[in-house]
Amino acid sequence: MLKMANSFPEEVLEHVFSFIQSDKDRNSISMVCKSWYEIERWCRRRIFVGNCYAVSPRMVIRRFPEVRSIELKGKPHFADFKLVPEGWGGYVYPWIVAMAVAYPWLEEIRLKRMVVTDESLELIAKSFKNFKVLVLSSCEGFSTDGLAAIAANCRNLRELDLWESEVDDLSGHWLSHFPDTYTSLVSLNISCLGSEVSFSALERLVGRCPNLRSLRLNPAVPLERLANLLRQAPQLVELGTGTCLAELKPDVFSNLAGAFSGCKELKSLSGFWEVVPAYLPAVYSICPGLTSLNLSYASIQSPDLIKLVSQCQNLQRLWVLDYIEDVGLDALAASCKDLRELRVFPSDPFGLEPNVALTEQGLVSVSEGCPKLHSVLYFCRQMSNAALLTIARNQPNFTCFRLCIIEPRTPDYLTLQPLDVGFGAIVEHCKDLQRLSVSGLLTDRVFEYIGTYGKKLEMLSLAFAGDGDLGLHHVLSGCENLRKLEIRDCPFGDKALLDNAAKLETMRSLWMSSCSVSYGACKLLGQKMPRLNVEVIDERGPPDSRPESCPVEKLYIYRSIAGPRIDMPGFVWMMDEDSALRLS
Amino acid sequence: MAFEREDLNLEATELRLGLPGTDQDQSKEKKTPPGVKTNKRALAADVNEGDEFQSNANSDIKKRGQETAPPSKSQVVGWPPVRSYRKNCFQAKKTETEASGIYVKISMDGAPYLRKMDVKVYKGYSELLRSMEDMFKIKVGDYCEREGYSGSEYVPTYEDKDGDWMLVGDVPWEMFITSCKRLRIMKSSEARGLGCAV
Repeated sequence: MLKMANSFPEEVLEHVFSFIQSDKDRNSISMVCKSWYEIERWCRRRIFVGNCYAVSPRMVIRRFPEVRSIELKGKPHFADFKLVPEGWGGYVYPWIVAMAVAYPWLEEIRLKRMVVTDESLELIAKSFKNFKVLVLSSCEGFSTDGLAAIAANCRNLRELDLWESEVDDLSGHWLSHFPDTYTSLVSLNISCLGSEVSFSALERLVGRCPNLRSLRLNPAVPLERLANLLRQAPQLVELGTGTCLAELKPDVFSNLAGAFSGCKELKSLSGFWEVVPAYLPAVYSICPGLTSLNLSYASIQSPDLIKLVSQCQNLQRLWVLDYIEDVGLDALAASCKDLRELRVFPSDPFGLEPNVALTEQGLVSVSEGCPKLHSVLYFCRQMSNAALLTIARNQPNFTCFRLCIIEPRTPDYLTLQPLDVGFGAIVEHCKDLQRLSVSGLLTDRVFEYIGTYGKKLEMLSLAFAGDGDLGLHHVLSGCENLRKLEIRDCPFGDKALLDNAAKLETMRSLWMSSCSVSYGACKLLGQKMPRLNVEVIDERGPPDSRPESCPVEKLYIYRSIAGPRIDMPGFVWMMDEDSALRLS
Repeated sequence: MAFEREDLNLEATELRLGLPGTDQDQSKEKKTPPGVKTNKRALAADVNEGDEFQSNANSDIKKRGQETAPPSKSQVVGWPPVRSYRKNCFQAKKTETEASGIYVKISMDGAPYLRKMDVKVYKGYSELLRSMEDMFKIKVGDYCEREGYSGSEYVPTYEDKDGDWMLVGDVPWEMFITSCKRLRIMKSSEARGLGCAV
C-alpha cells in the first residue's frame, strides 16, 4: 500500500487535488496518509474559518503556507440583533498583520461580522500586490478613509462589497481615489453607505470598467442618475438602485425605461429605497429575465407588488416586506413557479396591531404553488398547527425554514394550543432540513420532535420556548449534525448542558442568553472541557461577586484549538482550567 | 379633540384596575419581558401569564388605539429579530408621521441663553411668531413679501439646510418646517440686507 501511495509523483497528486475545492473533501484527503497531508497542505489555496477564535492566524499559516483566499467569521449570529455587547471582539487586524507577512500573494479576503479598522484596510492595500476581492459583510469599525486606501492602491481589485456593514461615512470622496487607469472592477456594492459619492466619478468608473457585472448603489444616488449609469453598463447582471423617490416626470420615466430595456443580461434587482410606484413600470421590460428581486426596503403596497411580481415568471428569489399580504403571495404562487427562496420582512415590527393583511395563509399558498421552494424566512403575527402541517406536507423539500411569529409565545390562534405539533410536522416531513428557527408558544415537546427527526439539522435558533432542561437535552442528544445552536430566553439550565458537554466539541458554537445556566456550571464546563472556550458575558460585573448558583446573562461556548483569546473586554470572563494562557 | 381631553384629565378620575398613573394596557406590556436585562431568570411562570393575555390584549388595544397613533410595545432587546438597519428605515418613516416633533434651537441677539421649540406644533407662521414673541417678550414687525418685516427692531430669521440665513415667512409653511435647522431673532441693525425697512 505504501508503495502505491508513493508511486505517484507529488506534482500529479497536486494536480488531482486541484480539482477538489470543497473544504470537507480537502480535509478528508489530508487524512489519508502523511504524504497526502503534506501535499495537500502545500496546495490548499482557499481557507474558510467559521469562527475566528477557533484557530489562531499562526496555526493557519503554519499548516497552509500558500493560501490565496481566506474567509473569516467573527461575532455570533445574534450580534445582528444587538445581543452581543459592543466591544466583544472579532478583530481582524491580527489576521491581516500575520497574513501581510506570510501571504504576499493573497487575493481574496471575505469577512463576516468582524471589526475591521481603517488600519487593517490600509495594511491590506499596502501588503497584497495582487489583491482582487474584498467582501465585508455585516462588519464595522472602518470609515470611508479605509475604503479610499483600497481604491487608490489595489490595482487589480475586482470586487468591493460592503454588504450591510456599518461604515463611518466621512464623505463620498473615497470613490474618486480609483485611478483613471483602473479598469478591472467587476462588482461594487456600496448600498450601506449614507453619503453621496461624486456622481461624475461614479459614472466615469462605471464607463471605463467593461467587466462590471454587479453594481449596488446607495440611497444617495437619485433616480435621475440611474439611467445614465445603466447606459454606461448595459452588460450588468446585478443592479441595486439608489433612491427611487422622485416626482413622476415623463421624460425621466421614459429615459429610465429605455435604459432598463437595454440591460438584457440583468438577472438581479435590489435597492428600491423610497419608491414612487409610478416608476415601477420602467423595469417591466427586464422582469421576465429576473431571477432575484429584493424589495425589502420598498414600502410598495400589494397591488403594485402584484403587478410587478406577476411579470417575473423566472423569479427564484424574492425578498419583500409584508406589504405583499396574503393576496400578493397568492399571486406569487400563481406566477413564479421557479421560486426557490422567499423572505417576508415585517414593515412594522414594533407595532401592536397587524398593519397588513398577511397571515399564515400566504405561506400556505406559496408552499402549495411553488414546488421548488426550499428556503423561507417569514415574519407574521398568527400561525396554526393546521397551517404548519399543510405547509410541511406541501413542501417536504425545505432546507431552511425560519418562522418568526412577532409576539413571543403566541399560541395556535385557532386552538390556543402550543405550536409543538406544527413544527414537529415540519421536521418530520422535511428530511433535508438544515436550518430551523422556531417561534410562538412551544413546550418541551417540540424539542422531542426536533431531536427525533432533525437528523440533518445544522443550525437551530430558539427563543422564548420550552419548559425546562429536557428540551435542551433532546436537541443536544438527538441532532447529530448540529453545528450552531443559538438560544435566548428559554428556561434551560445546568443539567442538560453538563450532561451533553461532549456534544459541544462536535459543534462550532452554542449561544445562550437570558437562560438559567449558573455560573457554577459554566466553571465546571470550562474545567471539564479544555478544548472548549466557555465565555461568560455579563455586564453586571464579575460573576464571582454573585453566588455560584446565579444564572449568567449570556454564555458563548465554542470549540477552539487556539485556547483562550487574549482580546477579551472587561465584561467577558473565560472559564478555564486555570487562568494561565495556553500557547498556541 | 385630544387637546380638550388633556385639559379635563378624565383619566385621572376613571375607575379601573391597576396602579395609579398607568394605563391598564400599558401595565400588561410593561411587565418586564424576559428578554430585558434584569437579574431575574426567564421563569416558566412568565410563560403562562403571557398566554392568558394574549388573545385579549390585541382587542383591548384595538379599541384604545383609535384616537392616537398606535402605541408600540415596550421593546424586548433584539426582538423581533430584525437587523437594525432595517429598523432605521421604518423608524424614520414613523417619526415623520407620528409627529415626534421637530425641535429647533432659537436664539435672540443679546439673550443670555438659547431656547428650543417644536415647530411642528404650529399650523402656520402667525402661530410661530406669536410663540416666539411670547418666549422672548418682544414684538416682531409686520411682514410683507416685498419689504420683509417693518415696524420693529426684531427680525425673525432661520438657517436652512444649505446653511444660509433666510427671512422667516418667504417660503410655504410645509417647506419651512422641513428646511429650518435653527431660528434666530436678529436685531434690525444686523438685519439690514434681509429686506427690512426700519
